[in-house]
Amino acid sequence: MLINRPPDIPTSEITEESLYTTRREFLLAAGFGAAAVGGLLPFSRTALPWGRGPDDDKLTPFEDIAGYNNFYEFGTGKDDPARNAGTLRTRPWKVEIAGEVATPAAYDLDDLLRGLTPEEHVYRHRCVEAWSMVVPWLGIPLGRLIDRLEPTSRAKYVEFTTLFDPAQMPGQQRGILDWPYVEALRMDEARHPLTLLVTGLYGKPLPNQNGAPLRLVVPWKYGFKGGKSIVRIRLLERQPATTWNIAAPDEYGFYANVNPEVDHPRWSQARERRIGEFFKRKTLPFNGYAPQVASLYAGLDLRKNF
Amino acid sequence: MTRLALVTRVVKPLLYLAATLPCAWIVFALATGRVEGDQVKYIQHVTGTTVLVTLFLTLSVTPLRRATGWNEIIRTRRLIGLTAFWYALLHFVSYVVFDQSLSLADIADDVAKHPWVLVGFASFLLLVPLAVTSTNGWIRRLGGKRWQRLHMLIYPAAVGGVLHYFWLVKKDVRTPLWFAGVLALVFAARLWAARARGRRPARAQGRRRESSPLIRAGEDVA
Repeated sequence: MLINRPPDIPTSEITEESLYTTRREFLLAAGFGAAAVGGLLPFSRTALPWGRGPDDDKLTPFEDIAGYNNFYEFGTGKDDPARNAGTLRTRPWKVEIAGEVATPAAYDLDDLLRGLTPEEHVYRHRCVEAWSMVVPWLGIPLGRLIDRLEPTSRAKYVEFTTLFDPAQMPGQQRGILDWPYVEALRMDEARHPLTLLVTGLYGKPLPNQNGAPLRLVVPWKYGFKGGKSIVRIRLLERQPATTWNIAAPDEYGFYANVNPEVDHPRWSQARERRIGEFFKRKTLPFNGYAPQVASLYAGLDLRKNF
Repeated sequence: MTRLALVTRVVKPLLYLAATLPCAWIVFALATGRVEGDQVKYIQHVTGTTVLVTLFLTLSVTPLRRATGWNEIIRTRRLIGLTAFWYALLHFVSYVVFDQSLSLADIADDVAKHPWVLVGFASFLLLVPLAVTSTNGWIRRLGGKRWQRLHMLIYPAAVGGVLHYFWLVKKDVRTPLWFAGVLALVFAARLWAARARGRRPARAQGRRRESSPLIRAGEDVA
């Protein structure tokens, strides 16, 4: 059971955790901003908490975000999900909490998230296919949910499983991938304040084709790490097998951190096309979130652990 | 209307019109905001698909001619083949300009590292001499036999084009497999046509002698 007491402080008065945990960067950014006002230094938005990028990181239009999707459960074409995802029923929605937690159980999604207020995070989204978007997600930092679940000391990984129901997800009628879709993170990655459980987009509930009603977003990793339409969250001691890694282990690693230095075996990852633009731009290490996340991988050979 | 007039006055103008349609569609779709997501990829997908389809059609002219006895349709082949080349050029230019921002170093690096780029690049280069020597003057200069031998480069170009498509797909290779299947059928039809030609030479050759030398050059190299 989840304990839900009404908050005794209005949520509007609480400093957001992501702001709190990145307060130094925030102060730094504020300092840079003040300096810019004084005409001393150019204003750099890259230092802001949720990684708002340089000035040319304009929001991608909703039509593109909701019309150009990789969600093979609804077909492999980019416009298939928008066309076919109408068959998905997102309420009622059960999420099974399993593995190394105090009380494994299945929860109704609304109960699971009660009291966790979604907040807007604008993230760059980089697909492994070398295109990118800028998306105003509405979500809850995953770490807050994990705290509630009271993980045991053996919990080292978090696994996310997508719904398997070929009647609702026609793409699953063919064995294009090893269904159901499974993705996973290391516990420190899962608890990182940038990691989001997303329920909405552009201030509205998440469109089905974007992974409704609950999906994962890890902005410094390639998009395929973000499991969609999640029905099970399992905490594990050992690293689980993940879908794309099973499908092509030499092409898709467990980490899948955005890295312009390490090419996909068949294509370059050095540059990307921002949707809406014609020319490609340089891809940034960790998708531009290196200041926030690079320390997670200190000492790890990123060429081997791609 | 004679069959020759039908081919030159009706079929060919229609083919000219058809050849502009994919390009016109791209412009229309982009201008009216019909393309969600990666617009350059869309350009490359439409032009690339057009190249494969028109290459297959080019290869199908001779079997179709043998099957129907309509020798006049050989007059459409250059037009179809050049359509393949122009769309391959558009495809190539969109890669060089939009994907690589005209950086020769980046292109060289991409071609060297990634087999699907290499195969696509090589297939395009193979089409260049075919387009250049597509004129009547070049057919005359090279002579039918040598021209024919040179134009056998269309076979590796077509195979390379399909392989290029196959390798770029992430997982769902159904569409590239369809293209490979159709190409295999076209090749089978050409084998059949070559044998059919050997079996009944008299009538066909007699007819061919009646036509002008240029047309004959065109027919000889069918």
